[in-house]
Amino acid sequence: MHISVNEVKRVSVMTVQGRVDSTTAPALEDELKKLVDGDKTQIVLDLKDVEYMSSAGLRAMVSTLKAVKRITGDLRLCTPSPRVAEVLRLAGLTSIFNIYPSQAEAVGSF
Amino acid sequence: MSESRMVVPARYDRIKQVCSFVVDAAETAGLDESAIFHCQIAVDEACTNIIEHGYKGEDKGQIEVICRVNPGEIKIELLDWAPLFDVSQVPDPQLHQSVEEAAVGGLGIYFMKKMMDEVSFEHTNGTNRLVLVKRKSA
Repeated sequence: MHISVNEVKRVSVMTVQGRVDSTTAPALEDELKKLVDGDKTQIVLDLKDVEYMSSAGLRAMVSTLKAVKRITGDLRLCTPSPRVAEVLRLAGLTSIFNIYPSQAEAVGSF
Repeated sequence: MSESRMVVPARYDRIKQVCSFVVDAAETAGLDESAIFHCQIAVDEACTNIIEHGYKGEDKGQIEVICRVNPGEIKIELLDWAPLFDVSQVPDPQLHQSVEEAAVGGLGIYFMKKMMDEVSFEHTNGTNRLVLVKRKSA
């Protein structure tokens, strides 16, 4: 798994590549937590290049969403691959997260 | 029918290896890409549960994986020797809740049930045996 973060306007865009599973999800959660702890609470998670995500990855995203919502921020998702979209749907998370078809639309939504 | 097996230490960083092993067997069975992905998720979640809830940590035991392949069908058996943890008794998570109530646990077992055609569990003489079956869609 590879993670990069860049700032677009006032939004932190985190791009994740590779496999998010029990081994890598803690690193994803740590990186998200660093943003929140640094008062970056408008976050877009770009999932275009995530080839695989287990429930461990979903838990990392949900716990971050809860943390940012408490301080009036939001974690928004964009461009999930069909496989990631399937696990989001099965987990009932498509009604919890705002999900956008492009990174530009996700950034622009803030 | 062909059969293959592997044994790994119960560690999170070995789950990817187990998934690759199962993917190879599922391809041999002739399952399509979607079904193979479902097998991979189910086995990943099962191994994670064995380590987290069964052995209650890494390096506390082993996981044995047996793949029995027939044309159009794979039967995956996962064996461990942790204290009894019956996945069939875990209730499904409450989905589509508010953000604060959104499920953060129980999703792994739910995924197994939703993605596989059969999920069964037995505990005999100290061995936990989880059996996952996936068939080629008609």
